[in-house]
Amino acid sequence: MSILVNKDTKVIVQGFTGKEGSFHAEQCLDYGTKIVGGVTPNKGGQTHLGQPVFNTVDEAVKTTGATVSMIFVPPAFVGDAVMEAAEAGIELAVIITEGAPVKDMQMAKAYATKHGMMTIGPNCPGIITAEECKIGIMPGMIFKKGNVGLISKSGTLTYEGANQVCNEGFGITTAVGIGGDPIIGLSYKQILPMFEADPDTECIVMIGEIGGDLEIQAAKLIKEQITKPVVAFIAGQTAPKGKTMGHAGAIVSGSAGTAKEKMEALEAAGVTVVVSPAEIGAAVTKAMAKK
Amino acid sequence: MNIHEYQAKQIFKKYGVPTPKGIMVESVKDAVAAAEQLGGPIWVVKAQIHAGGRGLGGGVKLAKTLEEVESLADEILGMTLVTHQTGPEGKLVQKLYIEDGADIKSEYYLSVVLDRKLEMPLIMASTEGGMNIEDVAENTPEKIVTVPVDPSIGFQGFHGRELAFGLGLTDKAEQSNMIKLASKLFKLYMENDAEMIEINPLIKTGKGEFMALDGKMGFDNSALGRHPEIAEMRDLTEEDPDEVEAAKYGLSYVALDGEIGCMVNGAGLAMGTMDTINHMGGTPANFLDVGGSANAETVAKGFEIILKNPKVKAIFVNIFGGIVRCDRIANGIIEATKITDVNVPVIVRLDGTNAPEAAEILKNANIANLIVGDDLGDGAAKAVAAAKGN
Repeated sequence: MSILVNKDTKVIVQGFTGKEGSFHAEQCLDYGTKIVGGVTPNKGGQTHLGQPVFNTVDEAVKTTGATVSMIFVPPAFVGDAVMEAAEAGIELAVIITEGAPVKDMQMAKAYATKHGMMTIGPNCPGIITAEECKIGIMPGMIFKKGNVGLISKSGTLTYEGANQVCNEGFGITTAVGIGGDPIIGLSYKQILPMFEADPDTECIVMIGEIGGDLEIQAAKLIKEQITKPVVAFIAGQTAPKGKTMGHAGAIVSGSAGTAKEKMEALEAAGVTVVVSPAEIGAAVTKAMAKK
Repeated sequence: MNIHEYQAKQIFKKYGVPTPKGIMVESVKDAVAAAEQLGGPIWVVKAQIHAGGRGLGGGVKLAKTLEEVESLADEILGMTLVTHQTGPEGKLVQKLYIEDGADIKSEYYLSVVLDRKLEMPLIMASTEGGMNIEDVAENTPEKIVTVPVDPSIGFQGFHGRELAFGLGLTDKAEQSNMIKLASKLFKLYMENDAEMIEINPLIKTGKGEFMALDGKMGFDNSALGRHPEIAEMRDLTEEDPDEVEAAKYGLSYVALDGEIGCMVNGAGLAMGTMDTINHMGGTPANFLDVGGSANAETVAKGFEIILKNPKVKAIFVNIFGGIVRCDRIANGIIEATKITDVNVPVIVRLDGTNAPEAAEILKNANIANLIVGDDLGDGAAKAVAAAKGN
């Protein structure tokens, strides 16, 4: 078992024939992901990476029965692409593109929600169900199959966390990179209950960072609904106030959104909070032994 | 991206948001000429820097004669202004805004920001104008009115009424003035992909009209491509020169005041690396994200920027290759040692895509000062030890 995606998930790629889209779609195909086609306007009818290309998402969905779209279009077109996917009946859009305007994401996310479409990202590594389905840009080889669910705002910390978990002899059910932009799709609040309901997930690793209050909302939810052990790390304990650290959303303004505040809230909810990402693996081992 | 007050007021003017008349100048002579042109009888001489709290720091002063304009311009131009937002090092004042004095009956606060929880813009207003809004939020939160505006319906009459009644305005003309002003501000916010617009203080004149006495605006960097006229307002002298230089090479750099230079891929891992160093008793000298397309040139540039800081006693390169291939980083490190004089220990931890090839490359290069870290914890520990001279 896993969450959201598995070996049977049918995926299309928006921005399929572009440089980034092609490179990563090929890697996903190699991993075993069922990519059943792609969308690039004016290239409909062509074949790319052995899969059909369509002019519109609507046509791609009707022909292939895809339920998930991986989005690689340039930043200025992300909003449009997400809304097109929602309109066409896609169930989950995974938005990899970095640098989408925040205003576009506000509109697109509101529209997706109205159509019952879930989104992941933007500016994220994507989602992977170990050894079944990779939808994104993560290095597939580090995700061994196992019983730990992972959710992270940061791409490279996702890899760091997964690598440590696997080096300790465990593995991953599903890892979700939710992205660190000010407006993101699925977050801790939606994904934690999915891991709670997944019979194969025995422990959850949650990686957050400064800015916003998603981790605080997560702490509240963990206290109320999550019975499985959770290990958490919050990046940015040493970040100076008011500076954007790479991710547009990671800005500490006033007292809201500091690492300290988030770590305390998670600890109070019974989460094992580590002070350095180097300690994630050991903390997972401890949590798994206690079960 | 932030802009100056005088630039914000140009945009206000375009949207019909009333402001006092003013002229931006860069010399004392022009300051006097501007004051003459404005006519008086009173003027405000205002330092133009990208930081709040200018008044308290002595960067905004009232002049009643042209002689006073001259002496104040002379005093403020070229001063290093320290406010609660500049940090202790302050900011050099290179521009002034000479503005007409205004008839102030009362002061308000008005802003539009993104509410991340609601995922839509939020109009915030208060009767406590001229104060630090964070303090108002902390001490008297009941004095702040917040009105979220769903962009799909835009600014409606009810939004305006919530604001006007929330601010306790009873005069119908004043209510109408406030509603019109908020509507214009929201339009400005949406049309220009603003991140934040703040007017503090927004004044009410003796005639019951509202006027923006100050203006602060920030814009979404990701959307600047479709607003070239705003992108042109960028003032590079207001930004850290090292950060600007780094950005040219796709590097995201922020200077800190510790001793261990960091070069990492990904913002999250970069912050996590700083945290790990700190936890092990060391101090990070910087945040540096080399991004997804790092190559030999960018890595070499990263070394150069880090080494400009004389406090740096060791460098920790921490890469978990996903899209970034470790062998490219390894070659970059070798290039860097050829171009730049790397005179401090460099601790390198390379994991992920092509890590074994990278290890081989570094081993064969035989670089003095290079120490290999096995994982994040090991690398950070070695960097902390190296910075302490062990």
